[in-house]
Amino acid sequence: MIGIVDYGMGNLFSVSKALERLDVEFFISDDPAELEKAEGIILPGVGSFRDAMILLERKELDVFLKKHVANGRYLLGICLGMQLLFEESEENGPAKGLSLIPGRVARFSGIDSKNNSYKVPHMGWNKLTFNHSSPLLKGLEEDYVYFVHSYFAVTNETEVVTASAKYDVDVPAIVTKENVFGMQFHPEKSSAIGMSLLKNYLSLVKGR
Amino acid sequence: MLTKRIIPCLDVKEGRVVKGVQFVSLRDAGDPVELAAFYDKEGADELVFLDISASHEGRETMVDVVKAVAGSLAIPFTVGGGINSLEDMKQILRAGADKVSLNTSAVLRPELITEGADYFGSQCIVVAVDARWDESLGSWRVYTHGGRRATDWDVIAWVKEAVNRGAGEILLTSMDNDGEKQGFNLALTKAVSESVSVPVIASGGAGSAAHFEEAFTTGKADAALAASIFHYKETSVKEVKSFLKQKGVVVR
Repeated sequence: MIGIVDYGMGNLFSVSKALERLDVEFFISDDPAELEKAEGIILPGVGSFRDAMILLERKELDVFLKKHVANGRYLLGICLGMQLLFEESEENGPAKGLSLIPGRVARFSGIDSKNNSYKVPHMGWNKLTFNHSSPLLKGLEEDYVYFVHSYFAVTNETEVVTASAKYDVDVPAIVTKENVFGMQFHPEKSSAIGMSLLKNYLSLVKGR
Repeated sequence: MLTKRIIPCLDVKEGRVVKGVQFVSLRDAGDPVELAAFYDKEGADELVFLDISASHEGRETMVDVVKAVAGSLAIPFTVGGGINSLEDMKQILRAGADKVSLNTSAVLRPELITEGADYFGSQCIVVAVDARWDESLGSWRVYTHGGRRATDWDVIAWVKEAVNRGAGEILLTSMDNDGEKQGFNLALTKAVSESVSVPVIASGGAGSAAHFEEAFTTGKADAALAASIFHYKETSVKEVKSFLKQKGVVVR
């Protein structure tokens, strides 16, 4: 069973519709006691990092998520949900994250090394480059996925960056740390490959 | 590298797609869900639904259309037309649309852009601009009410204002070129694209695959939108994309 965390920052509808299409059993909740029943968690999110952390903390969902992961269960963060997995973000002044993956979250500068401006947000379809093998990438080829974001993850631990996309900088697109996964793009909006990525996550959860 | 996006636009009236008549392969060419699935399969990068319903009932129906489309479509879509308040935005976005597009309502009350961006984030808020060249202004002028009413806004000043207020994307339609099929308005598109930091969607005038290439190269657009040439099968999303690939434009 999949639990989708509802903390008021989500694009819950599109994520849940994607799971419906994949014929997966899931529920949506903001209650740690309920979410504890889930084998695998999906943490969606759109909006501001700081607001998201405040909302998670208010419902003690931060505590729950850390415990869930410590118990060896699976967690997938999508978009802002992936950024929350890191240690901190510079969005609206430094804010602490869940610290499940080493690294921080920074804003695209909008100015490249040659002093030319480029567009922020990073919005649209960009190609994944697979850096490391991962059960999430099983059976998949490098393809285009849909991104919408102005902040991106920065980490010195290159081994956690399973896949990346080239913008002005290399954007961590899929991150993995043991049982914790993150996708910066929207798999639920990324046509066939997006659905396959979700499916691979769901198979992992099911196989546990 | 980020790809250039091709976006078919569907006009919806009282819950039905109008102008979708050429798709004999579809069981029901007026069904937004079927048409959306068709374009997804064709390789469309996004879709825009423009609600042209005149009635209140038509607008209520649009919410159901959005729900149905969101339930089956795995690419992003934008809904525009008749969105006048934060409540309207909530209704459409909660029904599953990825973005809303504001046009007249944003000009009448620019605070609406900020309200939407604060609530949902800039990435959800598209500002649609209808532009027409104005000799006396020596620039393009913003029109509202479906192009019927001239405003005091210069297009460049307005798009900057819209972005400052939180617009995450500009959907730019050239009224001069719209319907002419002679190509996008490249000067307008380039001028707007160079004056804002957010992506710009060129619209109005697409008549061939080559027109899309110009919009991306000369016009510096991030995406290009077309309606009739796709609906009437004068070309297809697939054809446009394979042409662009040949020309070295990065597409999905």
